[in-house]
Amino acid sequence: MPNLTLIQAVNDGLRTAMRADKNVLVFGEDVGPKGGVFLATEGLTKEFGEERCFDTPLSEDGIVGAAIGMALNGMKPVAEIQFQDFIFPAFDQIVSEAAKFRYRSGGQYTCPMVIRTPYGGGIRGGLYHSQSGEAYFCHTPGLKVVIPSTPYDAKGLLLSSINDPDPVLFLEPKALYRSVKGEVPEGKYTVDLSTLRTVREGRNVTVFCYGAMVPVCQKAADKAAEKGVECLVVDLRTLLPLDEEGVLEAAKQTGRVVVVHEAPRFCGYGGEISALIAENCIEYMEAPIVRVTGFDTPFPNTLEHHYLPDERRVLDAIERVASW
Amino acid sequence: MTSAELRTVIEPDGHVKVRDLGLTDAELLHCYRTMLRVRAFDDTCLKLQRSGRIGFSIPNKGVEATQVGAASALKKSDWIFPSYRDFGMALHLGISPLEMMHNMFGDAADGAKGRQMPVHFSFTEPVKFVSISSPIGTHIVQAVGAAHAMKLRGEKTIALASFGDGGTSSLGFHSGLNFAAVWKSPVVFLCQNNQWAISCPVEKQTASDGFAIKAQAYGMPGILVDGNDLLAVRAAVLEAAERARKGKGPTLIEAKTFRMGGHSTSDDPTRYVPKEMVAEWERKDPVARFERFLGKRKLWTEKTREQYYSEAMAEIDVAAKEAAATPKPALETIFTDVYATLPAHLRKQGQQAFDVAARHGEAEAGGGAFPL
Repeated sequence: MPNLTLIQAVNDGLRTAMRADKNVLVFGEDVGPKGGVFLATEGLTKEFGEERCFDTPLSEDGIVGAAIGMALNGMKPVAEIQFQDFIFPAFDQIVSEAAKFRYRSGGQYTCPMVIRTPYGGGIRGGLYHSQSGEAYFCHTPGLKVVIPSTPYDAKGLLLSSINDPDPVLFLEPKALYRSVKGEVPEGKYTVDLSTLRTVREGRNVTVFCYGAMVPVCQKAADKAAEKGVECLVVDLRTLLPLDEEGVLEAAKQTGRVVVVHEAPRFCGYGGEISALIAENCIEYMEAPIVRVTGFDTPFPNTLEHHYLPDERRVLDAIERVASW
Repeated sequence: MTSAELRTVIEPDGHVKVRDLGLTDAELLHCYRTMLRVRAFDDTCLKLQRSGRIGFSIPNKGVEATQVGAASALKKSDWIFPSYRDFGMALHLGISPLEMMHNMFGDAADGAKGRQMPVHFSFTEPVKFVSISSPIGTHIVQAVGAAHAMKLRGEKTIALASFGDGGTSSLGFHSGLNFAAVWKSPVVFLCQNNQWAISCPVEKQTASDGFAIKAQAYGMPGILVDGNDLLAVRAAVLEAAERARKGKGPTLIEAKTFRMGGHSTSDDPTRYVPKEMVAEWERKDPVARFERFLGKRKLWTEKTREQYYSEAMAEIDVAAKEAAATPKPALETIFTDVYATLPAHLRKQGQQAFDVAARHGEAEAGGGAFPL
């Protein structure tokens, strides 16, 4: 089985989908002959031609709006937004249009489409190449929000997203693009959306995380284990619709919960996980539910390593809830 | 390549210079009938709104010739991405007043299941009249995507995106025209310049000399046409559609017209539209102009109007009564169609909503258990 980086797995996923279905179209800024600024679409124009993998004008509103039109009319668009930070001109198209077409037309018109975009910090990208905007989109009924953290999941979740009958925002943790490697089966396989992944078993503390925070939490959990605290680490993988029952089960298993994300804290996704647990199984909790997140500031450049939750901050939180 | 000259076919007195109109007498009368049906639908909806039976309506008086002229130039296999002031196109291509009334009442038979405000229609048969949304201009670039799909599949169909003068200020207008021109998409952009975006006149919308000339910078032809002249609009849309079908790309048409009523039933245009302007455009009423044209061809008398209008009113009245008597959508329709399949959290929320309604005796719909 090939050993691929996460970005290679994305590329393999796109290629697999395009080989299986000629209606799959891949497009965005610089995704054609250049293969994308991160090379996610490398080689696709060569294999499938410019009709199926092509460059667009520099307009996120145009990319997503056109993708919606293609999806309404039978194609399977997989649009790329170069950085999630630049998605906001398309916010109207995603939130008001793609997410609502099925609902507002009583199912007469639907938008099966994928918007792929790299998100998150860790590459010294400053304010506009580092943000984690998942919470904006998770507040949107009708949309699905998916974030892989391993090469295997990146391909399997991407193929599920492309097959999905609803619009999917596929957020790729760019910090992991080339820093993680793993075995990825050739050809077609899928990982179901709205399912959790147990990264590590443990009976003392449950750590919920996703995307680039997964390896951070994994390392923190290893450190905690050295001190005798065993963590159950859960990769949420699909933020919307969330496997709520799975989250509650995992929380109940230890009664001590830490939630980790790199996005700002206030109204962040961790707040939803905390509230979900508090509302449904507070009686199981032995300690306060603690969040480890980015700060409620714009994303800094030079000091990004202080902004991003790291092993030390996650470990502090694990120890705090473990010793409560 | 841009024509700044206003194209006209029917003179104000009804005279027509062109010999071959490409339409039979029956087709001409069909166009006329649609215009009166639009007016009858408007009149009925105004009464229904004022008497509190529906919440909202959008009047079309003044722009009927643009709507019907454009629709008459399309094939049923073409796609329409409409604005909220375009239902004359749907009526002309075979959507029934009853289907429209179900939307106005938001009842159980409404295609959109009562989820949208009135006038936000969505139809698929016999023509793709794509679900209308309230944000302005978002549909313009969607039309380009749909047209691009047609082009990739080698189809001879086209997409028509219709929007107002206000819509040209939107992000979707710019990205739509730009993408379509770069991709040579088979799409027709129809800007209905009715001169008012709610209360804002054209000069607050653009400093450009009209809208048709904007086409030039995008790299496509622009046509300025008299929007109160049904045959001129039809000719312009036919020409643009022909270009699109031949793979020559998009066209921007500006149809200059006038909204003779308010923006909606919630609006009072007397607060901002000058009286002289209303009087001037009353004289240019597109229906009266078409009547003068039909009259010159011995196809029309006052009686024709009375007959067509009363037939339309009767048909629409029956439709309104039927829609009013149709039950409201079932409670479960709040939760369905968010996704293709109902996710667990919505099932749970649906059950909660149903339990509350059942406790208060309001849960007829579904008959005892949350039926999802």
